[in-house]
Parts: sequence; structure tokens; C-alpha cells
Amino acid sequence: MTTEAMPLFEVFIRSKRGLDHRHVGSLHAQDHRQALEYARDTYTRRGEGVSIWVVASSDIVASQESDSASFYDPLDDKPYRHATFYKLPDAVDNM
Amino acid sequence: MTTQLLDDSSEQARLDARSDARFDARSDARFDARIAAEERVEPKDWMPDAYRRNVIRQMSQHAHSEVIGMQPEGNWIGRAPTLKRKAILLAKVQDEAGHGLYLYSATETLGVTREELVEALHQGRAKYASIFNYPSLTWADVGAIGWLVDGAAIVNQISLQRTSYGPYARAMVRICKEESFHMRQGYEIMLTLCRGSDAQRAMAQDALNRWWWPSLMMFGPPDAESAHSAQSMSWKLKRQSNDELRQKFIDQTVPQADFLGIDIPDPALCWNASSGHYNFGDIDWSEFQRVISGDGPCNRERLSHHVRAHDDGAWVRETLQAYRAKHPARSAERA
Repeated sequence: MTTEAMPLFEVFIRSKRGLDHRHVGSLHAQDHRQALEYARDTYTRRGEGVSIWVVASSDIVASQESDSASFYDPLDDKPYRHATFYKLPDAVDNM
Repeated sequence: MTTQLLDDSSEQARLDARSDARFDARSDARFDARIAAEERVEPKDWMPDAYRRNVIRQMSQHAHSEVIGMQPEGNWIGRAPTLKRKAILLAKVQDEAGHGLYLYSATETLGVTREELVEALHQGRAKYASIFNYPSLTWADVGAIGWLVDGAAIVNQISLQRTSYGPYARAMVRICKEESFHMRQGYEIMLTLCRGSDAQRAMAQDALNRWWWPSLMMFGPPDAESAHSAQSMSWKLKRQSNDELRQKFIDQTVPQADFLGIDIPDPALCWNASSGHYNFGDIDWSEFQRVISGDGPCNRERLSHHVRAHDDGAWVRETLQAYRAKHPARSAERA
């Protein structure tokens, strides 16, 4: 009997309260609940986290890195958006 | 039978209430311990209702301030003296919109919707920083706002990077990274004016005269009279008191005004060597109360402008909704 591949889930872990959840990897599971348990078993075996998010990989919409030149505008031509653009005399420079 | 049922249910209700109370007491103790241990509270944690309400109040007020704050500055985008100043101001006002979005999203982690928050603003139930109810009369006001209003906001927001509600603290970290540009561009405007002609210096002085006291009021009423302070401090939502933050702002700003060569409009202002801080004169709290409760120079204009902009944008929201209804599968396909 052949079985269908189980869906893929992305795993995000908050390592400590106060920090953002960070992507740590992915895994296959039959549903969200199982994914959460697998994520615990796979990715938090040494106390890595206090909270886990699992998201079906198919629900993630990603930008393409190859499109980055047209998709993102780093606004390099607008240096005035950075604090360092404003040269102030030393006496008042600590703001 | 009916009586029996009633008895049962009231007995059940008593049991439920007792177990709820036990649960609440246990959760309360855990919550208090978390706060005491300097741990952040995260969205899915149990938290007392009063804490939740207070965070929603404080964060939404902060978000509204970012958004309403675009108005006095936006007033000068079309009239900035040079193209460079115009581009800078445009970028700054854009940042403020972004800050509002970070904060609304962080507020929504507590289960309140954006629509409810905006409605509370429009109905006058939610407040925003009183300072944005003052008019920006001259170009120097744009300088004074960046220097003083953003300067005061930074003092407050640096402190809030350690607030107990996790999403709020993280939004503050993001916002603080962008604020330094805001303050420096404002101070640079002031410096340019103060090194310019007599008329320009007079304009800078006039802006300082009008913005100084409202900037001090931004930190809120004195600790002894602040309605929410003590509770917010004990929850570590606020990390430093209104008066502490105000003093910090004054101490950092006086030398900056001295360097510009303009005078802070407070005859009582003087260095106190024994305390290591500046002494300053009495703040007119009746003015603060008047402005915060709706009767400042621009309150009606600020709010009606926001309502109008929101109403004018209704067709965009309706269009998006119609599109989603028409093409329910479109977004799934693309993924």
C-alpha cells in the first residue's frame, strides 16, 4: 500500500518570553495538532522554547529572492531617512 | 422538577463560581509572579481583565497619537522651504503612519479589532497625545516638533521598551530605531534657523515658546494626580513615572536649547547642583485638562479630519471586500 506524503508544516519557536517567534525548520504531520506535538519532540528537546507556532507550509506566501531588486526598494537614494544623515556639532550629537 | 432543576443549577453555579474564583486566584498569583520576575506577558497568557483593558487603552492611545500626529506636520509638506526638506518631512510622516500600524497590530493581539479602536477614537472615548491639538503655524514648528515632541516621545518610548506586555515592548524597539532620525532632522531645522537671519532666529524662538510647555505636558499629570500611573507602574506597564520622565527630558533638552542660543520660556528654570537636575516652573495643568478633554485649539479639526479621511477611504475597503468575495480562491492559488 502506498501512502500519500503528509503535509508540510513550518515551525516557529519563541525561545524566551519577550522575544519574537523565530522560524526553526519544518516537519511533516497529518494535522496541526500532530504538527505541534512533533515540533515539540523534534525542535525543543533541550529547552529551546517556551512557545511553538506551527503553520501549514502551503499557507505561507513568500516573495522570491530573485525578484528582490524590483520587489524591494531599499531607498538607497534617500539617505535622509537615517539618523546618520544629520551632522550635528559634537556638543549636541548625542541625540 | 422545575424547582429541583433550579436548585441543581444554582448549586452548580455556586460550584462554578467557587472553582472560577480558585482558578482566578491561581492565575492571578502566576501573573503577579511573572511580572515580579521581569518576564514579559504574551498574548495567549492569562491576564487580569483590568490589565488587558489598561494595555488596550495605553497602546491604542499611543497608536492614535502616531496617526493624529501626522496632521500638524503634514500641514507643511506642501510648503516646505526646499525640495530636500520636503522629501525629509514626507519620509518622517510616512514613518509615523508605520508606527501607528505597528501599534494597532500589537493592540489587536489582545482580541480587540482595528474597527473598534478607530470607532473609539471617532466617538471621543479614546484619547491621543494632547500636544497634537496645537497648530503648526510656521516652518519653525516643524523643527520644534521634531526636536521637542519627538524628543519627548523618545524618552517615553525608550522606557517602554521594557514594558511588561511583550508585543508592546517589541513594537517600541522597532519604533525607537526610527525615532532618532525624526529628532535629529527637527533639531537640524532649528539649528539652521538659529544660525540664520534675525527673522529666522525669532521664528525659532517663537516656536520654542509655543511648544515648550505642551511638550512637558506630554508626560502626563504629576505622579500624585495621575489616574492610571500607580497601577501601571505596579504592572510594569510603565517603567518610570511621569515626573521622572519629564525631568529626564528637561535635563537633556536645556543644553540643546542653550546650544541653539534660544531661551526656554520658563523664568524659574535653573540648574540645581545639589539635585543634579534642572528646577523648572509650574506647569499649567488646567490647560492640559482643557486640551485633553477636547477643548484645545485644534481638537475638532484633528478629529473631523480623521473621520473624513476614514470615510473617504471606505470605497477602498469595500472594493477589497468585493474582490475577496468574487475571487475567494485567488490568494490560495498563488500560494
